[in-house]
This record gives sequence, structure tokens and C-alpha cells, in this order.
Amino acid sequence: MTTVAPPQAPAELSKAERRRLSEATRAERRFGWLLCAPAVIVMAAVAFYPIGYAIYLSLQRYDLRFPQQTHFVGLSNYGAVLSSGIWWHAFAVTVVIMVVSVAIELVLGMALALLLYYTPLWRGLVRTSILLPYGIVTVAAAYSWQFAWTPGTGYLANLLPAGSAPLTNQWQAIGIIILAEIWKTTPFMTLLLLAGLTLVPDDLLKAAKVDGATGWQRFIQIMLPLMKPAILVALLFRTLDAFRIFDNIFILTKGNNGTGSVSILGYDNLFTALNLGIGSAISVLILIAVAIISTIFIMGFGTAAPGTALERR
Amino acid sequence: MAVVSAPVLLAAGLAACSSAAAGNGPAVLNYWSFPDNSGAIQQAVDTCSAASGGKYTIVYNKLPTDADGQRQQLVRRLAAHDSSMDILALDVTWEAETAQAGWILPWTGAAKAAAQRDTLPTMLQTATWSGRLYAVPYNTNTQLLWYRSDLVPRPPATWDQMISDAEQLAREGKPHLIEIQGAQYEGATVWFNSLVASAGGSILNASSTAPSLGAPALKALQIMSRLAKSPAADPSLSVQQEDQNRLAMEGGTAAFELNYPFVYPSMQTDNPQLFKHFKWALYPRVYPNVPSRVTIGGIDLAVSAYSAHPDLARQAILCLRDRPNQILAAVKGGLPPTLMSLYSDPAFIKAYPFAADIKTALLSASVRPKTPFYQNVSIVISHAVSPPASINPSATLGQITGGINDALAGRGLVP
Repeated sequence: MTTVAPPQAPAELSKAERRRLSEATRAERRFGWLLCAPAVIVMAAVAFYPIGYAIYLSLQRYDLRFPQQTHFVGLSNYGAVLSSGIWWHAFAVTVVIMVVSVAIELVLGMALALLLYYTPLWRGLVRTSILLPYGIVTVAAAYSWQFAWTPGTGYLANLLPAGSAPLTNQWQAIGIIILAEIWKTTPFMTLLLLAGLTLVPDDLLKAAKVDGATGWQRFIQIMLPLMKPAILVALLFRTLDAFRIFDNIFILTKGNNGTGSVSILGYDNLFTALNLGIGSAISVLILIAVAIISTIFIMGFGTAAPGTALERR
Repeated sequence: MAVVSAPVLLAAGLAACSSAAAGNGPAVLNYWSFPDNSGAIQQAVDTCSAASGGKYTIVYNKLPTDADGQRQQLVRRLAAHDSSMDILALDVTWEAETAQAGWILPWTGAAKAAAQRDTLPTMLQTATWSGRLYAVPYNTNTQLLWYRSDLVPRPPATWDQMISDAEQLAREGKPHLIEIQGAQYEGATVWFNSLVASAGGSILNASSTAPSLGAPALKALQIMSRLAKSPAADPSLSVQQEDQNRLAMEGGTAAFELNYPFVYPSMQTDNPQLFKHFKWALYPRVYPNVPSRVTIGGIDLAVSAYSAHPDLARQAILCLRDRPNQILAAVKGGLPPTLMSLYSDPAFIKAYPFAADIKTALLSASVRPKTPFYQNVSIVISHAVSPPASINPSATLGQITGGINDALAGRGLVP
């Protein structure tokens, strides 16, 4: 395969030489591990240990109030969760919030990114104002939405017919949650897509223009394919975030009236019902769902996925 | 600055996170209670610390505003055997679980006798678990029927009559709404419990091992459903908590309100015109000849099992809820006291013109289900009865029965 021959070109390395080489490789590898070790230890302490412990807890009947009655129950907590209408309801609510909010965020985010990219005037001012919602603490923003939509205290609720309380109607409340999510995280989407836009070489666009491509054709056939990795990252981050949605719902509705996501369900079972077994099973199921979503994304995007380029080399 | 003695620290108002008494100074007792903005608790804490003669200094730590947040913080700390909590202010529904878990200490002997003296029996019931007294009632609360005497000359005695009166007012085009807590939270459970008890039943059996419910519960659900579907229901019934009820009544759209006594001084300040016609009566009955049994609420004080000074904590509790401090809490903080003799005290009646009715209501009051799984039971109920318009009496009863069976067995998920 290689055309570069070793200087002395010996037919074979002697045994001793080979051992020396492999020893060097091994030492190098050992050194590499040593360099990684601190990071691995920290990761183990902050991520793997809690995850492992959650898996362990999810296999127990464990009530925080009665630790002496704890016993191993195998997978029955998972059975209880997966056979419960409550879980599937929360799952459906979560998926609806995730799909709708991410889809709207992607379209809006792309529009804003293009706007920012091509804004000739006051670019800094426009960027800052678009990014503003992302800089506000989610809980604080959620409270202001909550006040706005509460009859009697809110300017938005006052626009509605008297007597309507949108935060207590399931679908209206979910709509408000989605709205709060979109308002809050579209800037994040914009930021990631803007980074992708700057990767598109200007020459390509100019060349296409010379060849007579319309603006729409340039967007669909040049910008989008080149931005694919950036779009993947943005979508992946946002989808995973949206699937784990907690704070907006916690403040806006507390998950009442059928608006709870899977994270809210896990929280309620862990911290209100104090059922560590069921609560941990829910957390592990959320982790599995997150893993499945990531896998689908990476497979769906194929070679455009970040990191694959490196492997091909 | 390093050698400041404990009393000086207290005087300076630095009543934060001191964990233990340094050296031979007074023992530090950490008191964890609901946030009291009236200043009554802080004043009682200061008085009792001074009166202890250098034995202890009480530090008042504020818990979150909402009951769920308070319980979560207490439970998490107790489960972790936190020794920086000595005196705990428990809602009347938390005693069973904290006692069963071994997180609070029982009261015996002279301290128990002192705690029981002159104390409302219904409140003592909330503080008792498996035959032992685990906490000392600090304050209590219960609902009355508030009504507009300009619209209804005589207060209705029963729920059916009240709904009919309201419907009549609606036909006449007058303010007619009935204000009650219909949101999906503890308040809806309280409403259900009051109706079931007033119909002669109970949610759980006497030994708290299974749901009792039955015909009284069905009757309760029929009343809730009738109200929700009648013009007497507030359009936002399914979001209403105590404060929304108060605002609606003060706004003049309602004729009746089932609520706690805090609405009385509030009406006086917010709407002096309506205040002239703002009257009260006992909670309506379910059946004309069976007295109503309203749900009792309030706070009990308990000693943490992980306290380093349990005996001092008991002494401090008895001081914090003694007669002068209960008057202080009632007049300043607006919370009805648990010492029965106070209800005939002229000073108290002056601030509480409805003292006699509150006492009648308290003496016949009902207690919410006493079980370590109360939270789960309550969630099952509030999710079944709210929004009230979607109650289908027999189906909802089946849902509650099944849900409570699961909750008591620790099975399944909570919504």
C-alpha cells in the first residue's frame, strides 16, 4: 500500500526490535490513558456513578420513608411504568411538545439566521435583540408567561373572552408551553444555524448565481447541504432538550390537567411520592429514549454527522 | 468579630445558618416553619429564646411558600438524617408519614400532658399516629360559608339549597356565583373530604388500610358535579384556589364563598361597600338533619428524631404555642388558635367576630385520611375530581377507589 520504504529497507524486523517497538507503543498507550485518567475519573464520578445508581435503584421497591422495607423487584418497576396509561400520556405530551416546538424553532431559527447573515445595518444590535430571550433565566421567563396568561393578573389573558383560563385547559396550556419554549430557544437555534451559514463559501454562491440559480435554488441546493452538520447539531441539541423539558412546565402548570412531560412525571414520583424505584425507572427510560433519539439522528444524517469525517480519513 | 457571643448574634438579627452552640453558650434550636410575613413567629421565637434563661436560642428558618415545597424540603433533609433541624412545623397531613418513617419523636409524660391541655381534640387527632402523640397543634383553620346578605337574606343550610338559591339569583340576573376551590390541587381534595364527611362517610376505613368511600362519596361527587354543571359555578372553577375565590367575591360577581377566615379582614380593606353585607354561617350540610363536618387544617409542631437537643426542643415548642404566642399568631398572623379557651377570650373575639362559629366548626371538623401515603391518596382524589365539570359520579368513584387501593399498596405511578 505504502510507497515510502524504510531507509534501510530490511526484509524483516528482528524479534527484539519488534518487541521494543510494541513496548514503545504500549508505553505510549499507557501514557495516553494516564493523561485521560483524570477526565475519566471525573466523568465516572459525576455521570457514570449516578446513572449506575439510578439503574440499581430502578430495580428495587424503595420508598424514601421506609428504607428498611427496600427489596429487589427485578424489572417490575419498568413493567409498572410501561403498562401505565399515565406514562404513555406523559410520553405523548412530551413528543407533541418536542416535535412541534423543534419544527417551528428550526424554520424560525433559519429565517432569523439568514436575516442576521444578510443584515447590512446594525448587525450587532439585531443580533443582541434576537438573542435576548435566550439570556433570560427560563424560570423567570416562565413566571412572566404564567402571570401573563393568568386571568386577572395577565395582559394576555385579558385579551381572551372573560372567564377563559388557558393554563387549565390541556391543549391550550400545551400550546402556551410550546410558545414559551419557542420564544426561549429559537435564539439558540439561530446561533447554531448562523455558525453553519458562515461555513458556506461565498464563491460557491456567487458561482451559482452566475450560472443562473435563483435565490431559492441556492438555498436548497447549496446552503442546506453544506449546512447539514450544523443543522444536525442544532436539531439534535434542541430535540434532546425538548424531550427533557421540565422548567417551563413546572412553572406554568406544574404538570396539572394533563400537561406533564415525562420529566415532570419522574420528578413527581421521586420527590412527591418519594418512590425511588418507580422514579428511577422513569429516569432510566428517559435516558433510553434520549439515546434512541440521538441514534436515529446520527443514522439519519449518515456521513454528514460530525465525527464521521474523521473516521473516513 | 470572631468572638461574638450567641445572644449578640441574635440581637444583630443574624438568625441564619448557625448550626451548633459554641462552647457553653445556649443550645441552638433550629425551627423550620412556613414563611410568616406577619412577624408573629419571629416575635414568639425571640420571646421564647429570652424566656429560656440562657438554655436555648431558637433560630427561625423559613421553608418555601407552597406546601409541596415545604414538604419536599423537610422530607429530603429528614431522609438524609439532617441534624440541623430541631423543631418542624408540619402540615396536618404529614404527621402519619413522618411518624411512620421514624423521623419525628413521640411525646410522653409531662410534656405530652402539657401539650394536650386545653387543646382542640380534632387537632390532637391530626397529631396522633398509631395511638401516640407525635406533634403539638400550633394553629388550625377551617372553612365557613361566606355570603352576601343583600342577595340572600337567610344563609342556605344545605348544598342543594345553596345551588338552588344561586340558580334563582342567576335567573334574576343578580350576582350568583358560588366560589369554591376547584383547581387540581390539595384544595379540591379538601372539598371532597368535607362533603364525604358531611354525608356521614370517610375516605379511608378506621385503620387506614382500605378505601371506605361508598354511598357518602357518591353523594359528594353528585353535589360537586351538580354545582359544576349549574350556572352557579364560576366559569373558572377548574383553576380556582382560595385566593381566586376571595378576589371573585370581592369583585362582586359571587353570592357565596366557601373559604377560610382570611377573607374577612381582606374584604374589609378591599371593598368596604360589600363588607357591610358580608356575612358568615356554618359550612352547608349535605343532608338537612346531619351537621356538616368541614375539613380541618393547620400546623403541628414536632421534634426531629435527629435533633441533638430533643428535650429542649419540646420545651421550646410548648413556649412557641403558649397562650400569648397563639393570640399573637391569631391577631397578627390571622391564624385561628388551637387552645379552646381562647375562643371565649374577649381580646380574641374582637379580632375574630366569628370565633363562636369557627369553634363549632372545629369541634365537629373532619380529619383528612391519616396514612403515610396521604400525598398519593390526595393526588388520586384531586386528579379525579378536578376539573369538576368532568365528574361522572359513579365512574369517578370507581377511579378514586382503584387509585387509592394502588396508592395504599405503594403500587403504580402518581400522575
